[in-house]
Amino acid sequence: MATKLDTNSENENPDIGEYQYGFHDPTDKYVFTGEKGLNANIVAQISEMKNEPTWMRDFRLRSYEIFEQKPTPQWGGNLNDINYQDIHYFVRASEGQERSWDDVPDDIRKTYDRLGIPEAEKKFLAGVKAQYESEVVYGSLQEDLAKQGVIFTDTDSALKDHPDLFKEYFGTIIPPDDNKYAALNSAVWSGGSFVYVPPGVNIEFPLQAYFRINSENMGQFERTLVIVDEGASCHYVEGCTAPTYSSNSLHSAVVEIMVKKGGRFRYTTIQNWSNNVYNLVTKRAFAYEDALMEWVDGNLGSQLTMKYPGIFLMGEGARGETLSIAFAGDGQHQDAGAKMVHCAPNTSSRIISKSISKDGGRSSYRGLVKVDPEAHGCKSNVVCDALLLDPASRSDTYPYIEIEDNDVAIEHEASVSKIGEEQLFYLMSRGLTEAEASSMIVTGFIEPLVKELPMEYAVEMNRLIELQMEGSIG
Amino acid sequence: MSLLKISDLHVSVGDTPILKGVDLEINQGEIHALMGPNGSGKSTLAYAMAGHPRYEITQGKIEIEGTDISELDPNERARLGLFLAFQYPVVIPGVKVADFLRHAISNVRNPDRKEGEKLIPMREFRKELRDRMSELGMDPEMARRYLNDGFSGGEKKRMEILQLAMLKPKFAVLDETDSGLDSDAVKVVSEGLSRLSGPEMGVLIITHHERLLEFNQPQFTHVMLAGRVVETGDAQLAAELHEHGYSSVRERHPEAAAEEVVEAV
Repeated sequence: MATKLDTNSENENPDIGEYQYGFHDPTDKYVFTGEKGLNANIVAQISEMKNEPTWMRDFRLRSYEIFEQKPTPQWGGNLNDINYQDIHYFVRASEGQERSWDDVPDDIRKTYDRLGIPEAEKKFLAGVKAQYESEVVYGSLQEDLAKQGVIFTDTDSALKDHPDLFKEYFGTIIPPDDNKYAALNSAVWSGGSFVYVPPGVNIEFPLQAYFRINSENMGQFERTLVIVDEGASCHYVEGCTAPTYSSNSLHSAVVEIMVKKGGRFRYTTIQNWSNNVYNLVTKRAFAYEDALMEWVDGNLGSQLTMKYPGIFLMGEGARGETLSIAFAGDGQHQDAGAKMVHCAPNTSSRIISKSISKDGGRSSYRGLVKVDPEAHGCKSNVVCDALLLDPASRSDTYPYIEIEDNDVAIEHEASVSKIGEEQLFYLMSRGLTEAEASSMIVTGFIEPLVKELPMEYAVEMNRLIELQMEGSIG
Repeated sequence: MSLLKISDLHVSVGDTPILKGVDLEINQGEIHALMGPNGSGKSTLAYAMAGHPRYEITQGKIEIEGTDISELDPNERARLGLFLAFQYPVVIPGVKVADFLRHAISNVRNPDRKEGEKLIPMREFRKELRDRMSELGMDPEMARRYLNDGFSGGEKKRMEILQLAMLKPKFAVLDETDSGLDSDAVKVVSEGLSRLSGPEMGVLIITHHERLLEFNQPQFTHVMLAGRVVETGDAQLAAELHEHGYSSVRERHPEAAAEEVVEAV
């Protein structure tokens, strides 16, 4: 079902979508900048520079072949203009990962200061990974967590330091042949986070990763692997930005999550890419018996985002929740949604998807709820709400539901509202200006996501939205 | 100078003329009732007064204390002291009642306030909100709820009266505030209104029922038919209409009755 807003109202909406992270650092001090372009040699070179074992090199080369063979998907946003030969696949900005911000090269550290990461780390994080271009440049983890056996490291190091654990799970949840971009990531991946939480360990404060693209024509292909062992729990938060360049950058990540029996894991993403980044991410979690997996996904920025975090409910009683918010401004297409695959009895899932479109921006909800024949007694509830701020903007809903069992309860609700003429009128009739009223409506619309964020993030998110609204409320 | 003066008001929605020359004058301290059958244009008048963008004033004007407000935005009208209690208040998810009210009050009490300037102090606001809510018998928890989201019919109407109490307008229009309420709720709304209205405020109560008027005796009753005020009388007229309906009005004004269109409400 496709909905295009048709209204005569000429609301002067506040300016949402202005990008505050558009600055960039000089790149002439970089340790290594790979050639532009993609071929088997470049793939092998990345593996070589990282001193990887043969199996990983072979995995990369096989993945590259799959990438070459797979056609460009035509069912979603426009991917035909990506020029894979005009992208740097590997850029090393510093010598290695540092444990103190003081040791991180000045330019890079300043960037993180401007983004407020060290400040946040002091206040409320259990650990931080900061990835700059292709690799992690800073890493920390609270000592007591390390003592309990928690591993929080970058993915490159995990391959070296925890080879058995790594090999057991890597590429098992999202194999290279899953889709063209999973294959691309599998071929040229670099950096990302590796998290292992041992059985019964509960990590109270969030672990955070921060991904920053700095150079022009850069591709960032981080790879994240999280294993939450039986009865353990953890919250992981990720933020992403890139400067504004005239040419496009590509961000294509793969995120694999394993939540074992009785485990709980929440993965929160707030990404605010500049408006010319292609953001093509594959995220999937396996949740086993009585486990809980939650995706909280905020998508601001990018030229095109295609992202559908998935949860496979593998064990009886597993629960999955996805809460996603997309914000599409001028020239942007947010094609986002969620997948819930019920593979076991008495599993339950919930998808809440919200989108805001303005200035001709386009947002789509694309979701899948699938119930396997043996998944008796499962429940799923899908709610998607779209908010259109002006007549030029567009919102579509593509819900796919595949049910192969009779004993299920599935609900789907979708609604599209314009930034309601009636809502604006109501608030304005109480003395609020149009800008204040719009801002209040938008802030209210994203409240369900903001409410789920750690407090400092909630403040940041609200600030972000307010900054993006011209004439922000006081 | 009258508090509110409406002269020869013509209002269209799209290409359809709804109001065809309404005249009305209301002074401080007066309560007026506006009655009429469905589709006669009562709500249109209320919306046009408050400045809804879909209701276009094609002729005539609306003045508050001599200022023509016909071309002003709804928020500017609010700052001049106009208030409309809605028949169907909209739901605004995620916006807390208290946050909304604090912005509203800050603007209305300080008409020169610019966007981004500071709001009225939190402590002062909270106390006032708590006091008004308790007077209206409202659960203080309601201030933390999202505006009209999941509210019952009675809660929505009470929320309108709370806003009236907080904003203290010079002139209030109540658009069928009694509809859909049980008699207890009507009593709460009526008592709230009678406490608020006084020598300073002018009130226009739009209703087809009499109940609200029992508690808030109008000095004047106006009857609308096919987009015009065809009769004006005292409180007695309201009682008559309540008892006998509009057939006698139609008989007395056959030319207006002939223009009536049956509208889905």
